[in-house]
Amino acid sequence: MRTTIRLPAPLRAYADGQTDLPVDAATVSDALAQLTARYPKLRPHLFGEDGTLRNFVNVFLNQEVVRHLEGDHTALKEGDTITLVPSVAGGSSTAAELTPEEILRYSRHLIMPEVGMQGQRKLKAARVLLVGAGGLGSPLGLYLAAAGVGTLGVVDFDVVDVTNLQRQVLYGERNIGQPKLEAAAERLQDVNPYLRIEPHEVRLTSENALPILEPYDVVVDGTDNFPTRYLVNDACVLLGKPNVYGSIFRFDGQVSVFDARRGPCYRCLFREPPPPGLVPSCAEGGVLGVLPGIIGSLQALETIKLILGEGEPLIGRLLLFDALLVRWTELIVHKDPECILCGEHPTLKGLIDYEEFCGVPQAASAEAAEREGIAEMMATELKARRDRGDPIRIVDVREPHEWEIVNLERYGARLIPLGQLPERMHEFDSADEIVLHCRTGARSAKAYRQLHAAGFRRIWNLKNGVIGWIDEVEPTLPRY
Amino acid sequence: MIYLLPAAREAMRAQARAAYPRECCGALLGRTREGDGAAAREVVRSVPLANAWMGAQERRYLIGSGTVLELERQVEREGLELIGFYHSHPDHAPIPSAFDREHAWPWYTYVIVAVRPELVGPVRAWRLADDRSAFREEAVATLEDP
Repeated sequence: MRTTIRLPAPLRAYADGQTDLPVDAATVSDALAQLTARYPKLRPHLFGEDGTLRNFVNVFLNQEVVRHLEGDHTALKEGDTITLVPSVAGGSSTAAELTPEEILRYSRHLIMPEVGMQGQRKLKAARVLLVGAGGLGSPLGLYLAAAGVGTLGVVDFDVVDVTNLQRQVLYGERNIGQPKLEAAAERLQDVNPYLRIEPHEVRLTSENALPILEPYDVVVDGTDNFPTRYLVNDACVLLGKPNVYGSIFRFDGQVSVFDARRGPCYRCLFREPPPPGLVPSCAEGGVLGVLPGIIGSLQALETIKLILGEGEPLIGRLLLFDALLVRWTELIVHKDPECILCGEHPTLKGLIDYEEFCGVPQAASAEAAEREGIAEMMATELKARRDRGDPIRIVDVREPHEWEIVNLERYGARLIPLGQLPERMHEFDSADEIVLHCRTGARSAKAYRQLHAAGFRRIWNLKNGVIGWIDEVEPTLPRY
Repeated sequence: MIYLLPAAREAMRAQARAAYPRECCGALLGRTREGDGAAAREVVRSVPLANAWMGAQERRYLIGSGTVLELERQVEREGLELIGFYHSHPDHAPIPSAFDREHAWPWYTYVIVAVRPELVGPVRAWRLADDRSAFREEAVATLEDP
């Protein structure tokens, strides 16, 4: 039957620019086969790889959709017109359909109406960035992966160390010495093979933060230092992204969600960082092993709530956790209208030098100045002099619980914690030779200053403290 | 290159804001711009259309083939061309998804408007490559009001 196929504008380029093409065919499928045989470039736009008509391509025979007739086998009559018309579909989801295997895996989620298929698809479509794969990043990564978050970016450049294993439950003995990103990817992929991991093995800086954060929906702050915390906050505000914040120290934890579009940012809460050294890091001050599990799990919970759009997020609320008292305190945090970043008249329009802002280089030079003019003694020299029988005194200015870990008692060391030094100076004779030490030398430098001011002149600071002694003299002693 | 009148641009943005958190959609009617390269076109007006997707419209839109056929007839009567379509991406970047790519034809311009609760984001335009492998971004120029 002589019929005409009418092409829409987008397809004419693949048929020498023609609109109406005559064919002689018995059925609709014959007509389309002739068309694509004559113009093969049309084929991929009409048919999928499986050879069937693409589901958005509709064939009209005169005024009727062929599907409503007898499908492709609909017979043609002389003078019929076949028109190809697309239906136009799309959307923002990146193919977040769930396979039967995934549906089974997430069934405990799916039976809750608050999650359901729609929520689980949102989780699968979500892109979450974890900044830091340490204490907080461990439970965060595990729970977000298990819950079905589709894409997890992880920023870390560290290597797994044995001292991490007390709290960083992502890693095990076999990962010691391995880059954290590599070990984390293996473990998380094992928890959920459907997870897509995007590793960023870099230190987050003012130069790379915006392009790294930009493609993610939610940023989770699992950092352990103030410069990176302010950097993550500022980058999130500038990009308009929520920042799920958590921090831990010793027995205390904090959690909040900062989203400057809907509430305060970290700068509204803390305009400026504390002076360096006032708040020690976990490496200096310690942290209870379970605490990052509690705080990081709450961050994972808040992240999932943000993705699902369910419940009340911790926006404008700061949760404080005291592990010793087992007490939660909730503080209301208001947006600061004078916040230089997200207030009414922001003056901070880009990222800055966060090391400088947090006083890190200033503190390093102040510490160097503090050590200047201090007489130091190497551990090997102290050992040699004690072995010769010199009546040199060793004073350990650390705390009693540190003395219990490791000490130099068998070389005659005495424990006088730094805080007790002023009232116990009378126990020394300024004619004696005294070597002061702590763990690595910073506290004993302070003790040196105090004794020097009191008139002591025959004093030394043990270089690199008891750690220096272990490194150079007795490597079998325990380190901490 | 696609040329937009400010009115068409603002109409799309207003529709995206009103539909939030659901996706909105519509058609772009216009003509090829003479003497400005074969690929350059201008949008004479945007036509808002109902989102016909039967499921959750937060992540999907659909313009049925019947509607497209109607539009084809309309542009023919008016001496214009159906040069493309637009839709919004609530809470997502104005970048085509894999789903968008599977359901697209080359030649058409696909405009995407990003929209969030408080703000309507940028308007970006895309065209599918001939081999269907990817979308290429098309520059958007805003014209002066006539």
